[in-house]
Formats: sequence, structure tokens, C-alpha cells
Amino acid sequence: MAAGRVILSPDRFKLTMHRLAHQLIERYEYFEDACIIGIQEKGVTLSQKLIEIIEPEIENKKVTFGKLDISFYRDDYRLREKPIKVSPTEIDFSLEGKKVILIDDVLYSGRTIQAALSALQDFGRPTWVDLLVMVDRRFNRHLPIQANFTGITVDSLDAAYVKVRWSEKENDDKVFIYSAENYNP
Amino acid sequence: MSNLEMSTKHLLGIKYITQNDINLIFNTAENFKEIINRPIKKVPSLRDITIANLFFENSTRTKISFELAEKRLSADVVNFSASGSSVKKGETLLDTVNNILSMKVDMVVMRHPAPGAHFFLSNHVDVNIINAGDGTHEHPTQALLDAFSMREKIGDLKGKKIVIVGDILHSRVALSNIFCLKKLGAHVKVCGPPTLIPKHISALGVEIEYDIEKALAWCDVANVLRIQLERQNTKYIPSLREYSLHYGVKKKMLDRLDHEIVIMHPGPINRGIELDSDVADSEHSIILDQVENGVAVRMAVLYLLAGKRNLAKS
Repeated sequence: MAAGRVILSPDRFKLTMHRLAHQLIERYEYFEDACIIGIQEKGVTLSQKLIEIIEPEIENKKVTFGKLDISFYRDDYRLREKPIKVSPTEIDFSLEGKKVILIDDVLYSGRTIQAALSALQDFGRPTWVDLLVMVDRRFNRHLPIQANFTGITVDSLDAAYVKVRWSEKENDDKVFIYSAENYNP
Repeated sequence: MSNLEMSTKHLLGIKYITQNDINLIFNTAENFKEIINRPIKKVPSLRDITIANLFFENSTRTKISFELAEKRLSADVVNFSASGSSVKKGETLLDTVNNILSMKVDMVVMRHPAPGAHFFLSNHVDVNIINAGDGTHEHPTQALLDAFSMREKIGDLKGKKIVIVGDILHSRVALSNIFCLKKLGAHVKVCGPPTLIPKHISALGVEIEYDIEKALAWCDVANVLRIQLERQNTKYIPSLREYSLHYGVKKKMLDRLDHEIVIMHPGPINRGIELDSDVADSEHSIILDQVENGVAVRMAVLYLLAGKRNLAKS
């Protein structure tokens, strides 16, 4: 892996995850009429890890959870150099009248979230949609989209890459920042 | 990770795409199948694409299936059929297509009675061309949806035994099926009266079986083809009744087998000729699944080929 700088170490990452989970519990209590929708693929990982923290805290009540793939909704499908990898969408419930917590790992231009919002419409009319992201690159937005819950805010150059690295090991997740030259996914 | 892009710009036939292409189409089609089972069955992927469906030969289900696939991807669609068009006034294929392309069309789905018409066109025009059947040559999307349906029912096709029954000589479905199944590693037999089995077909790596009961006993899946009444200018079979007696798939044949087999048919079925009603409507048959999968597979083909129109590169 190319040399990147760690901007959120595993210890702080864990703290941030717990803070985000508790912020959600504060707003949604037992998650009645609410559901979590993770955006494929990293948003799904983040959602699952958050749900693992949330459920024991709310008397082991189940949080309604769905996975959303936005490949077919992208506005840059034929503008990209690299083709998009399509992942399955698994939302086996209606979003009609639900409070949706949309989750992704990094909020950058806002285009993914725009696509996700139009994709969500196909599953019904939610009461509202909250956005939770691990990393908010706040100076790189192309669209007027903001997160309601943020893990870490990063002021980075346009050319830099910010990556959430999920570890196989317990408590070893990190957030990295790479310059364009040494970024090698 | 396998390649996420098609190796070709056109879908002229299964012969000209790779195994990776086929698997990519299948994986994408699975996602589209989920979409067409939603209450809102539509995605905006191809909203900036115009597709012309040029049918120089009659078609009902293929045309409807393509049109639905296009509309569910939000593409704009224009339809053309040879009857009642300027083709009847003597216009050439290239002129007809160029006229339509002048109206800014991005992709062409075409069915044509002449084998190789799509090849000819692909050398002369700069759009993605999808073969929806060319004479007795290929019908690639049918083969893809057949293989996709088989895979859904019995899993990976590698090593599976598939028999194609009927008029192999005139069938573009048979030829595309053979190419597709061989690329996926299946064992293929063809079965039918000797007059309807092409000479040298074994060169494609398939075996020939003239006895329908033996063929059914051997296979995991039987893909039963339609007797093409419109292509029987010469007498290849003495009568339909005799064909039905010797090669029609009947319930009692399936009851005698020691294992369950899957029955497929690309439609339209001549009930009581190649397939009896009680077989076509039985639990062995996945004929209606094929039709459903047809839309998903065609959506995948259109979506992936549209991805080859990379605006950043052009």
C-alpha cells in the first residue's frame, strides 16, 4: 500500500463510531419508523458496524437496514474513465413514511448522494432523509448537499484522496489521506 | 477482479464475445432483475441515449422485450418495421440505416433476414449494433437469456449437460446457444431428425443424438426449439404429425426419467407439436422465467454496450 498519512487512528476511529451511534440513538431512540440505508459498498460496511454498536444499546431491538447501489443512477456513467462495479440493492421494505438515515463513507462532490436520493424515490416517499458520513471533505462540494452527522471533517486539496480503510481485525479501522502522486488503491 | 467492461462495442453474435463478457452480462442482469421486480421498475442510466429498433423481419416477443428493456433504462426509443416502409420501395439497408442515424440515434437493435447484415452495418456506421436475430445465423440475446435462466435454475453451467431439440438447421437460437453454452463449459448435444441437423455440426464441439428418449435421459436441461413452419419451403420432415410422434416432448417421457430435467423453449410454442401442453405448463418448464429474464438480460446488454460510448474518450 502506498504511503498515506493516517488522519484518524484506530483508537479515535472507535470513539468517533461510538459518538455517531449515540447521536443516532439520541435522535431516533428505538428506531421505530426509521431505517438505515447504506450505499454500496463502503457505506454498507459503515452501516453494519454502526448497527452492531446501536442494537445492544437499544435493548437489542432490530434496526431496519437496507443496501442501496447507485450505479444505474449516476449522472457520469459515460464520462468516467473506469467502468462502475455494480453491487446488489437489497431493500425489501417500503420507504413510504419512513425516516431514512442514509450512510456513506466519504462525502466529496455530493454526486453520489444526489444519485442515492433519486434512487431512494423509487422505493417510496420517506418522511425525511438524514445523511451520515464518516468523512466530510467540506471544500470539495459540487452540489448543495450537507451531512447531518459527520465523523471527521477534512479540508483537503481537490487532488488528494481520502480513504476509509476497514480492517479485518477488531478495532483497527483507520482513515487515510493520500496525495495524488502516491495514491494506489 | 474480472474486467468490468465488455470487450466489444457491438453484440453481433455470441461467437465474438468472451466468457468474461458473458459473465459480466449475467452479473449485471441479476441487478436489473431486482430492479424490474420493484414497484417502480425504472432507472435513469440511459436517459441521454436514443435507440432505434429496426425490425426487417417479424418479431413480437423479442421486440417487446427489447423495447421494455430500453424504456426501463429511460432511453428514448424509435421503432421501425420493414412492412409499410421504404424498404419495400427498394431502398438499400445502408441507406435506410443512415437515414435513421441522421436523426441522431446512438444505438441500433436490428433483426434482419440476411445472415451477416449486422457485420456489414458495423463496418459502415458508428453506432453500437445489437443483433436481435440475423437469418439462420445468430440470436445472441436469446442465447444469453437461455443460459442465464439455466444458471438461475441449476447453478454454474460448467460440466452440465444440455440438449437442444428440434430444427437445428434453421435455428439461429440453436447456433447462439451452442456458442454460449460451450463458452460456459457445458456439454451440448443436439437432437432432431437427420434432415434438420446441419452437416459438420460436430465441428462446433457438440454431439448428435437422433433418439429423443436417450437425449432426455442424458441431459440436465432440454431446450426445445420451435419447428419453423415459415422456413420449411423444402420438405425436411414428412409431416408435423410424424415429427410430433418422433420428436415431440411428452409428459410420459419425463415420467420415465430417473432424474428431474428442466424444459425450456424460446417461444412461440407450437403446442402439441414439439412440446405437449402438459409439459409446457408443468413444474419442469421455466419458459415464463425465460421471458422475464429476457428483459433483464437485454437491459444488461444495452447498459454495458452504452458504457462503451465513453464521452470522455470521444
